[in-house]
Amino acid sequence: MSGQPPRILYCHCAFAKVVPGDVKSAVLDGLTEAGVEFDAVPDLCEMSARSDPRLRELAASGPLTIAACYPRAVKWLFASAGASLPESSARIWNMRVEPAESVVRGLLDRSGDATPMEAHAE
Amino acid sequence: MSIAVPRRSHVVLPADGTGGMSAADRSTLTRLLLERGLEVSLRRDAERTGHDTGEPLDPASAADRIAQRFEPPVSAAAWKPWFPVIDYSRCTNCMQCLSFCLFDVYGVSADQKIQVQNQSNCKTECPACSRVCPEVAIMFPKYRHGPINGEDVKADDVRREAMKVDISALLGGDIYSMLRDRSVKAKSRFSKERDDERALKERQNCLVALQRDLDIPAEVLAALPTPDEILAKAEAARQRAQAAIQPPAEPKS
Repeated sequence: MSGQPPRILYCHCAFAKVVPGDVKSAVLDGLTEAGVEFDAVPDLCEMSARSDPRLRELAASGPLTIAACYPRAVKWLFASAGASLPESSARIWNMRVEPAESVVRGLLDRSGDATPMEAHAE
Repeated sequence: MSIAVPRRSHVVLPADGTGGMSAADRSTLTRLLLERGLEVSLRRDAERTGHDTGEPLDPASAADRIAQRFEPPVSAAAWKPWFPVIDYSRCTNCMQCLSFCLFDVYGVSADQKIQVQNQSNCKTECPACSRVCPEVAIMFPKYRHGPINGEDVKADDVRREAMKVDISALLGGDIYSMLRDRSVKAKSRFSKERDDERALKERQNCLVALQRDLDIPAEVLAALPTPDEILAKAEAARQRAQAAIQPPAEPKS
């Protein structure tokens, strides 16, 4: 990781129930309790389908740590909107399978030491 | 209370305790706004961008008030974002998905690469094109099971998917041929026996195996075009796919 602290992006997966609601709530609670700055979007899939320019802006804004779903899916959702996530400085935490505490710990980790359960898919 | 509105459908809230909002209220308000299709940023300088701390906050009524100020994004209300996402690190550009999909979701880019062009044409909950992809390169991030949901692909997944493609080929050349043949048989039986119920039952039976193997929702099968339209669409898609993967003609010397 570079010196710049990673920006935090949270996806609420608002239009499906594949991410457990209690995990989403606990992750949001953890972030707000920590008082950190973060960006929260209703649904990365929906943004990708619209090729939302915000995805390009986020991908280009430096180190990024994301709470969403499977890293392979997130990577190619960004790519299909014309936004390449930087391989070396994007970390993705999977709220479908990882416990909320691990996700929050990973999002708040500024050292880059925390490792998601699945490494960012190549 | 006023909230900064730096761009359409985007709300800025304070990231810390300024403004009298507790962490629990910030979390609840953020969740409620996200559920209304709004993007939310939590910033330490939210006050400078317009957050007024004057009144106590009830997250539910605050979310309603804020949401009323925006036109909700059209897709948030009208469409569950269900569409295929291609993993280009696996895709071999074989065009099977283009040939298979009857709803014109896929297309070919200017540089002859398969791409998803009409996401909103995709039938919600139908992952069938990912089932016919021999490379397991098509994901539906909101699908229940891996690897279609984006989970890492294992060697067994590739073998299983390849087997499905082989099975469909063995059944009669391709899936549409299978559908057509069975449909023709059903039509023939219908015309001989003039038995509406039996014909309908036959048609339903014909589709059960396809539905089971490819996990196609019944609503999608019910919405399929007529056999003739299917054939025409499949042929048109085959021609597009063929044109895309054909090597460029040698220049005449």
